[in-house]
Formats: sequence, C-alpha cells, structure tokens
Amino acid sequence: MRINVMSIFVSDQRAALEFYTAVLGFVPVADVPLGEFSWLTIASSEDPDGMQILLEPNNHPAVEPFRSAIVADGIPWASFAVDDVQAEYDRLSERGVVFTQAPTDFGPVTTAVFDDTVGNLIQLTAMNAAPA
Amino acid sequence: MADVFQALSDPTRRTILDELLARDEQTLFELCTRLTMTHGLSSSRQAVSQHLDILETAGLIRTERRGRYKLHTIDTRPLAQIDERWPQKEPA
Repeated sequence: MRINVMSIFVSDQRAALEFYTAVLGFVPVADVPLGEFSWLTIASSEDPDGMQILLEPNNHPAVEPFRSAIVADGIPWASFAVDDVQAEYDRLSERGVVFTQAPTDFGPVTTAVFDDTVGNLIQLTAMNAAPA
Repeated sequence: MADVFQALSDPTRRTILDELLARDEQTLFELCTRLTMTHGLSSSRQAVSQHLDILETAGLIRTERRGRYKLHTIDTRPLAQIDERWPQKEPA
C-alpha cells in the first residue's frame, strides 16, 4: 500500500494552484473539471510521479469552523521537507509569504511555519546533520 | 486578577515564560514544539493551553489575534510587585 493522494482544503482552487506552483514550486498533475470545482492535484517537482496533493474546495460547512480553530492555534496541516529552511524562509518571505514561526533550530530538526494564503498553515522541515 | 505567585508556582508555566522571553508572538503550536523539543516536556496541547490561560489571567502574558492566528507575548510587569514587596536588602 502506498500513499496516493492527500487533501488540503483550500478557500480558492485557482489561487491555491497559483500559490502551490508559482510560489512554492510544485507541479500540476490533474485538473479535471467537476461542475463548479475541479479535481485539482499537484506533486513535488522532485517527484512528479509520486504522491499527489488534492487542492480540495472548502465548501463543506464543517471545514471552516474546524480549520479556523486549528489555524488560530498555529497548527500546520502538512509538513514539507526542504534542504535548507532558512533559505526557503528568505526566498518565500521575499515573495510576501507570511510566517507564523520563523526558522527555529530544535536540535535534530529545523522547522518554520507559513500561511499558504488559501486557509492553511504549512510546516517546513529540514533534518540537521548530527554533530561530528 | 489571578495570583502571580500561583501562576509562577508551576515549573511548566515558568518554562513557557522562559520560551516567550526568547521570542515574542508565539502560537500555541510553536510553544508546544519548544516545550517538547527543547525541554523534553510532553504536556498535551490542551494542558499547555490551560497553562497559558492561567498566565494570561495573572497578567504575565498577553494574547493578540493577528489575522487568523492567536499570538502569545510575555509581559513581565506584574513581576515588579515581587521586588516592591520584598526589595533587595543588604545583609546586616
């Protein structure tokens, strides 16, 4: 069994696609119109045939109360691995991305948390090399 | 106002204040991460949230809603009453 698709609820599918591709650097995979919405997925440019993220509309009435409470407490919905959290922080901040947690070294791991502009917080993570 | 002394009586709450002194405007998530990763404290988010409520009622932290996030910042002013009540005194 492998992970195929996981969802991120987004407040606007087209704005989400723009942010996740043009700003973060993911690649589009599927974009199938389904009435008002689309089956809209992206994947990592480093693994375009790998796991997909579905940019899922947040129109179910249960989504916003749940998500607002999670976001208010600063809890990220997903965690993306990068080589250098500080470099990504610098690059994304330059593009206007808002971080709720600046890069922080926690020993084995460095993390930061940013706002994806379509309703979620996302964590960036890099494993730190063990001290020699 | 809740008692500052009672708020300070718990070691986890003192550690929360230490971490807030290191950085203002932290979310509950960041504080929980710091307690776990830096201090090996395994308090649940709910327990940390309750500690934050006690610290806020005692005036030792302020919370601010910025956009969609709730941020916590330390306020050390209530600690002045400790020094006012028991000022430093040279031994006789």
